[in-house]
Amino acid sequence: MNRRTLDPLLLIVAAIALWQVLFVVAGPDAIASPLATLQRLITLGQDPRFWMNAGATLAAFGYACVLSIAIGLPLGVAVGAHKLARDVSEPILSAFYSIPKITLYPVILLIFGLGLSAKVAFGVIHGVFPIALFAIGAIRNLSPSLLRTARVLHLSPRQTATSVLAPAALPEILTGLRIGVSAALLGTIIGELFASSQGLGFMLIRAMENHQVADIMAVTLFLFLIAGIANAGLLAIERRLQWK
Amino acid sequence: MRISRASLFRIALVLLFVAALEALCRTGIIGCLTMIPPSEMVLALIAIVLHADWFWTDFAYTVRNLVAAAIASILLGYALGLLIHAMPRMRRALEPVLLSYYSVPTFVFYPLLVVVFGIGPLSLIALGTIFAVVAMLMSTLTAIDRIPRGMFKVARITRLTPLQTLVHVKLPAAAPHLFTGVKLAVIYSVIGVIAGEFIISTAGIGRRIAFAYNDFDNRTMYGMLLLVISLVVVLNAALQGLENRLHRRWVRRT
Repeated sequence: MNRRTLDPLLLIVAAIALWQVLFVVAGPDAIASPLATLQRLITLGQDPRFWMNAGATLAAFGYACVLSIAIGLPLGVAVGAHKLARDVSEPILSAFYSIPKITLYPVILLIFGLGLSAKVAFGVIHGVFPIALFAIGAIRNLSPSLLRTARVLHLSPRQTATSVLAPAALPEILTGLRIGVSAALLGTIIGELFASSQGLGFMLIRAMENHQVADIMAVTLFLFLIAGIANAGLLAIERRLQWK
Repeated sequence: MRISRASLFRIALVLLFVAALEALCRTGIIGCLTMIPPSEMVLALIAIVLHADWFWTDFAYTVRNLVAAAIASILLGYALGLLIHAMPRMRRALEPVLLSYYSVPTFVFYPLLVVVFGIGPLSLIALGTIFAVVAMLMSTLTAIDRIPRGMFKVARITRLTPLQTLVHVKLPAAAPHLFTGVKLAVIYSVIGVIAGEFIISTAGIGRRIAFAYNDFDNRTMYGMLLLVISLVVVLNAALQGLENRLHRRWVRRT
């Protein structure tokens, strides 16, 4: 077995060992052992209600992603292409990005009421800003010589956009999409913690209230695995595009 | 001081937005149960600062916790960053985990922290730290990556000890990129601490917002929200300004 496959495995083993040590030190009231968590996750996996909740989260997350990209990407590209617009709006967008959005939850609830739309709105306010900011950065960092070359070659604006600007800006835009999609998932889950009667976030808050440590750990592990796999996939796509 | 055209436009845009919000609230298109007019938010905040007996205790509680979390995450992130940078194999294996760190809601660990540290400042500081530390760690990795190789050669030629290399070469040469990490760590500490207060806490600004919401006390809620947002906006702008200056100086020097 070579190092590329061995090292991550070693890391996983080390993480599980550390988890077990933490469990021994902190006791079963604080965290569940790796084995107990896995057993709980397997039991949950056989419960149709778990998959119903996961489906509810997935649906809200899907809407949040689509909306974040549909709003953030055109906004970022349009603003990024114009210097004054960029200088005006970038600090505003970055300020929005850094607000602890969890405190806005009462406002979101008052506007959207309990339910799906509040969850989606929560996901969107988390996801849209990184996507827009990275798109602005991607357009800004384009080398001016690319545009000059396009002009020398007499490319039409549309040809310039599709065959010069888009490929050049794509890697950074993709980084933004990866971070934005992650943030949208985080936002959706946080939304479910407060504003929902369905979904994995709701399972988490109920487990927190009833102090079911194994449930918290099992759902968290599930989320960590899903987020990790999705991130690794998007990262692989990103790396391949950068290689070209 | 000269104000640039972009700043003028930005101020105008924000004012326009606030004015529009004010108009929508005053005409009742946005109901007063949903949102109070921005001018009322300012008045509510002033009234709280001047008259509410809880304000300064809660404010000091939050500020103290987030300063502690910021310092802890910066120091810990820097130390871990140095350590992981020195072990390339470890780093390659860890990188995917670090990159997906911010897509997992760290806040779900908060109940566990409460069990370990109890409800109080320690669990809030711990939450802020584990939320912010990875941003500092990643920035430290990039910052050391970007130090020109020649600098290490010079350090070796002049026979600096590892500690001297760290203090005289690694720290100053990496400073601008390290500061990006400091900026993120501060902002993330604020988010972590206030979010923690919001979920479970006995005091603090986040707790007050959650309280006010449960009591349908919109004036207090929006007043405190205004405070949090202004605090973060000012902090963000100040850190961003500092970062830009550091980067400019760095570009000039090299």
